[in-house]
Amino acid sequence: MTLLRPGDLVVLAAGLLLVSGLAVFSWGGSHGDSAVIRVAGQVVDTPTLARARMISVEGPLGMTQIEIQPGRARIARDPSPRQLCVKRGWLSQAGDAALCLPNQVSLEIRGRSAAYDTLGY
Amino acid sequence: MTRSVIELPVSAADRRIAGLAAVAIGLTLAEAAIPSPVPGVKPGLANIVILLVMLQYGWKTAAWVAALRVLAGSLLLGSFLSPGFWLSAAGALSSLAVLAAGQYLPRRWFGAVSLSVLAAFGHIAGQLVLAWLWLLPTAALLNLLPVFAAAALLFGAINGFIVARLLAADASPKGQSSPCIPL
Repeated sequence: MTLLRPGDLVVLAAGLLLVSGLAVFSWGGSHGDSAVIRVAGQVVDTPTLARARMISVEGPLGMTQIEIQPGRARIARDPSPRQLCVKRGWLSQAGDAALCLPNQVSLEIRGRSAAYDTLGY
Repeated sequence: MTRSVIELPVSAADRRIAGLAAVAIGLTLAEAAIPSPVPGVKPGLANIVILLVMLQYGWKTAAWVAALRVLAGSLLLGSFLSPGFWLSAAGALSSLAVLAAGQYLPRRWFGAVSLSVLAAFGHIAGQLVLAWLWLLPTAALLNLLPVFAAAALLFGAINGFIVARLLAADASPKGQSSPCIPL
């Protein structure tokens, strides 16, 4: 009687395949190539993530500044009291989003293949 | 005046199940003391006992031991009816379901390691499905999926090796087969 039988190796290999498949599925989301900026639900700009620039949009509370760098984007400044969207940090994966609800501004990353068909907030 | 006495006959099988469950509960308690970086990632040492029991006494006994383990373990840890208890129960239930099917795999090709890994995946799947439906229906859980699956594979394989070793050590002397848990 051996400790490891042929089928065990098959099961272990299948398990390893499953784990790596899950890792790719969960972590290997496609990188975004453009951002969608909305104010009060209306799209105001869809900048490409190819080059760095700063974008300012006006919401009910004041000005929200969005910083674009190659491959990523973030909310740099926002008048929201709790600063949740600023703390969200840099976004780079397609489907990532930062929402500044008090100022009604949202920043969403778009990729060639979207991770979700639609997101309801 | 008649006195009615309710007698609950205790069979040898009952005593065996109780003893085996005690071993599993002991391992559960010992394991609760081990710190874990991610909640839910545990070696699952009690599953060594469950698998050994199944291979030696059959699935039904293993199911009893697993159920008693979850129930009494949660009573001793003070987590009875808490979310942790339900997660533990869901894991035990789904891994038992996997073992119920897995016991029919040809033994010649699939040993304890296969069963242990499959049961570990079943365990984590049951827990995650319940956690997903009930506690955390967010994407955060999805991001931890590979961590849980990797832990299931690793600990399932290690536990399976331990079971295989125990069975081999048990079978080798004089070719006599006696239970490795002396009960």
